[in-house]
Amino acid sequence: MPEPDDAPARARHHEPVLPEGPVRATANVCHAAGCLSLGSDLVFDRLCERVEASGTDDVGVRRVGCLGLCAQGPLVKVPEHDRLYAKVPAEPDELDQLVEQFRSGTGGLVVSEDPFFARQVKVVLRHCGSVDPEEVEDYVAKGGYAALRRAVTEMTPEEVVAEVTESGLRGRGGAGYPTGLKWATVAKSGEGGHKYVVCNADEGDPGAFMDRSVLESCPQQVLEGMAIAAYAVGANEGYVYVRAEYPLTVRRLNSAIRQAERAGLLGTAIADTSFSFHLEVRIGAGAFVCGEETALLASIEGRRGTPRPRPPYPAAAGLFGEPTLINNVETFASISAIIERGGRWYAAIGANKSRGTKVFALAGAVERTGLIEVPMGLSLRQIVFEIGGGVPGGHRCKAVQTGGPSGGCIPEELLDMPVDYESLVSAGSIMGSGGMIVMDETTCMVDVARYFMDFCREESCSRCVPCRAGTVQMHRLLDRICSGLATRADLERLERLAAMVQRASLCGLGQGAPSTVFSTLRYFKDEYLAHIDHRTCPAGVCEMAPFEMAGSGR
Amino acid sequence: MAKPRLATIWLDGCSGCHMSFLDLDERLFDVFARAELVYGPLVDAKEFPEDVDVTLVEGAVSTEDDLRRVREVRAKTKILVSLGDCAVTANVPGMRNPLGPKAILETAYASGVTGASAAPSEWVPALLERVQPVHAVVPVDVYLPGCPPSADVIAEAIDQLLAGQLPDTAHLASFG
Amino acid sequence: MSVVTLVIDGHDVAGQSGQSILSVAREHGIAIPTLCHLDGLSEVGACRLCMVEVRGARRPLAACVTEVQEHMEVTTTTDELTDYRRQIIELLFTERNHVCAVCIANRHCELQDLAKALGMTHFDLPALNPSAGVDASHERFGIDHNRCVLCTRCVRVCAEIEGAHTWDVRGRASEARVITDLGTPWGESPTCTSCGKCVQVCPTGALFEKGRAVAEGKERRPYVPFLVARNRRS
Repeated sequence: MPEPDDAPARARHHEPVLPEGPVRATANVCHAAGCLSLGSDLVFDRLCERVEASGTDDVGVRRVGCLGLCAQGPLVKVPEHDRLYAKVPAEPDELDQLVEQFRSGTGGLVVSEDPFFARQVKVVLRHCGSVDPEEVEDYVAKGGYAALRRAVTEMTPEEVVAEVTESGLRGRGGAGYPTGLKWATVAKSGEGGHKYVVCNADEGDPGAFMDRSVLESCPQQVLEGMAIAAYAVGANEGYVYVRAEYPLTVRRLNSAIRQAERAGLLGTAIADTSFSFHLEVRIGAGAFVCGEETALLASIEGRRGTPRPRPPYPAAAGLFGEPTLINNVETFASISAIIERGGRWYAAIGANKSRGTKVFALAGAVERTGLIEVPMGLSLRQIVFEIGGGVPGGHRCKAVQTGGPSGGCIPEELLDMPVDYESLVSAGSIMGSGGMIVMDETTCMVDVARYFMDFCREESCSRCVPCRAGTVQMHRLLDRICSGLATRADLERLERLAAMVQRASLCGLGQGAPSTVFSTLRYFKDEYLAHIDHRTCPAGVCEMAPFEMAGSGR
Repeated sequence: MAKPRLATIWLDGCSGCHMSFLDLDERLFDVFARAELVYGPLVDAKEFPEDVDVTLVEGAVSTEDDLRRVREVRAKTKILVSLGDCAVTANVPGMRNPLGPKAILETAYASGVTGASAAPSEWVPALLERVQPVHAVVPVDVYLPGCPPSADVIAEAIDQLLAGQLPDTAHLASFG
Repeated sequence: MSVVTLVIDGHDVAGQSGQSILSVAREHGIAIPTLCHLDGLSEVGACRLCMVEVRGARRPLAACVTEVQEHMEVTTTTDELTDYRRQIIELLFTERNHVCAVCIANRHCELQDLAKALGMTHFDLPALNPSAGVDASHERFGIDHNRCVLCTRCVRVCAEIEGAHTWDVRGRASEARVITDLGTPWGESPTCTSCGKCVQVCPTGALFEKGRAVAEGKERRPYVPFLVARNRRS
């Protein structure tokens, strides 16, 4: 896999400052995509220069992964003093002052006392923001790959599966299928032939950046989870399927795989046992539907990325027709902690039938957007108001959208609902992969439905008629409603069409496409009717079109 | 009891549906024994009359004039029948929709002919942006697809309509 | 192969394990509408017209890709299924430019027949009227994308029976098109053998033989059983 074009630029960056002796402070500079886009690489270089120029030998500077509070980057964390510095400037003078603050433990915010961090429980993200994403040694020094060593040297594959089953972990890609059950199925499939382990990193929901952050912050943790899975199900080959829009992710993954192989933690004779596991990265070409597992497998095989009818499920006949375990990034990233600390420990976190923690990309009309990890069962209100700091600008929260284009909008009055798979479904949404968009009263819910329908329409793979043509017509109907040109008959037709597309489409993308329509109709039907009966948009978003010369007339 | 009042109009179509109506041949005597034909290309009437019981509409809605006429017809008719594929789906007239009226006029009056240089701007009604089926602009009670619907199909539908029933055309006619 | 007994529309029927619901139903004279399916070609489950209710299933299942199972209870026609099928036909008619009156396949068209069978008299949804394009570069054949329903029979017959794999699908959403040789004009295709199988299996007038006028696309039908027989032997 060749390096992306931007790779050589990386070489120009400063080397981390890692003093030999004891340090008073280590500046952990966030190098995940969010902070990088705000210039954290320049902050890092300048910090290194200032520290070296000052001649001190008790301050270190290093790169780490996502520190969470993405909206306020560039972020620098000083773990020695439990402090986080937001919006760190790249001005040398200001940096000199900051270095003094780092050393003395002043300024910034105290991480353990800050509500954004205090309510979080980090399992998937436990190494994010503390290990260098580009150094396998750093991950190993923090206890990384201990779980894989333990699995391959002390446990049988059956015991590994049993541990995962006991943890109660469910697929974090969206559907929530029990992970242990899936592993057990793949483990039993096939008769000594090839098997594959595939990581679905084709994250495509609008506003979602969980998988990206995990892979850019601690790729080794995902690789370790995949290797443990491979050992458990009897696979020796695997693929990570990443979207091409994540060049940094691709680069860090490739680098991580090479480094892990060199360290004997991937490849042949892992941890000096007979177990081997070879991994390759496959890059998607920008189709949302390739996040659907059968489309993803087709794409890896070099075919057109369209879903096929199931059964057979990939667990029985997947990649190249062989039994294939396919999980998403967050699922694999949860595995090493489960093996280290036991399935029972993991199962003690969470609520109801949803155990453990879930990572969310908190975005939209919320004071502190960013990447968070919370125990299952925390309420949406706690997430939005305690962790997220509420809605900015004196606005009130109107709804929270979860689950991406296949999800739904949960109204403010239901925010006390616990976040778990079943509760979200009963409220008309889904857990999804972890996108969470907060909306205030300046958001028009019909416009939101139109936006997501537009997304589904453009991303339809075109294979089945309900999704390909149905989303186009639903989008037109929503557009008519937003423009004030629709009648009640149009609304009825929208509902009838939505029911058909949901029930008759071939894959989850089509089946989920009408879900935002259903959830907004369930909770915000008055907004639809205001557009239709009174030609007004209560949120003041939609512009009413003049009546057409030859309108529907009906 | 007065005889039911029947009308036909011809919008954007080829008149094939009217020809098919004429193909009722001797059955036309039965029709006119039971109904009075008060308006249409086959009658000499200038204004669309009030209180029409059944109007058969041939053709799609292509011009501002079509639109005005079909709205008037709707307002003055109890049962409006979309007769033939043009009225039901826009059919052949609708084939200009992917191109738009400007390109059509340009080809028909300027680039495609000798001796003329521009599309007429008066005497002929302006083209609508899109050709629409009748039910896209006014409510329709009965759909009778076909290009054209056969005389038998029209006879059957008229028979039921004059008997005061709405014919079940799903089992009578088909497209094309 | 073992015998499986099941109930379709209240009739006790028998099939073989591995057989599809569609295949068993048709063997017993129970009609299920299809469009993308063609005996002898692989199944894609794309048109969704053959959806049936299977007792215990959360949603309707495509009969062409669902294998029969012992004690299965299948219902092929309900008000809901009929409504779905009618909506699918309506979506297909409004998606591109299906003008039966001037189509080479008029009265020999599976889409037209389905509309008739499902009692469609008109469409409420607006016609989208795209300019989908025509490729007439081949010496003997042409494709009018305005009449294509993306059933991919042409793709499958070319790959699975002729073995040329000239046809495939490009693009997604409403931009999807069947294409020859990665998008080169059909007439310039180095892989096309000009066998014409794609034309024979096209359910609409999208693929046509040049020189035939409106409603003259009939002759091709007798070829279909031949294609099927060939594939069954292999």
